[in-house]
Amino acid sequence: MKSITRRSNAPVFWGLFGAGGMLAALFGPVLVFITGIAVPLGIILPADAMSWPRMQAFAQHWAGKGLLFLVVALFMWHAMHRILHSLHDLGVRAGTAMQFACYGVALLVTILATWALMALGF
Amino acid sequence: MNTSDPRRPYVRPMAGWWRRNPFFVEYMVHEATALFVAAYALVLLVGLRRLAQGEAAWNGWLEALRSPVSLVFHGVLLAAFAYHCWTWFRIMPRTMPPLIFGGKRVAPGVITACGVAATTACSLVVLILAWGATR
Repeated sequence: MKSITRRSNAPVFWGLFGAGGMLAALFGPVLVFITGIAVPLGIILPADAMSWPRMQAFAQHWAGKGLLFLVVALFMWHAMHRILHSLHDLGVRAGTAMQFACYGVALLVTILATWALMALGF
Repeated sequence: MNTSDPRRPYVRPMAGWWRRNPFFVEYMVHEATALFVAAYALVLLVGLRRLAQGEAAWNGWLEALRSPVSLVFHGVLLAAFAYHCWTWFRIMPRTMPPLIFGGKRVAPGVITACGVAATTACSLVVLILAWGATR
């Protein structure tokens, strides 16, 4: 029996796609509602709910930092994987160049999010 | 697509294939929710960056979120995320291994309903936590 010497990278990206998709399905709607509608309009939550001291403290706490990182990074990995394969369906072949472009954007966003979260300190 | 082939074999055109069948139109629409998920991730990334830049920058981001354009955009985002949620759990019975419960395979509709119920529960928990932490 021939042993597998070259492993596919697909499970890694599919795993990130699945994790991000699940996170977006479970928590995406409520997060969009809170940050984009409820707080700006001051409905249900107070208009100062995302005030600077509160959000800074949230982002400096390890748990808040972790949650913010997971949401931004996994949402992006989910979206870019899906965009890569939808473009393939539209006739843009999901070859090496497109993989580098799509996953590269996700990696860039991950790095930028890490950078901002590190700059916020602990 | 070799046009120099003297036999000129018929190649079925693929352009616009997804518009020919409502099933594929729905497929492309639910795939397109990825654009909105990416957009929201970018909105949050800018927010993180503004938060790291200091109080004035952060307040500028909050002010931008209060603009009518942003509110309408987030209304669209909310619809796209809700549609992503619904389609995600509707497809889940086909993307997960068969779930056997009491010797019988769990029906797809039950899995979808459980997913939507889980989202409802998560939404309520997050809202209550946010309400408790900010009131």
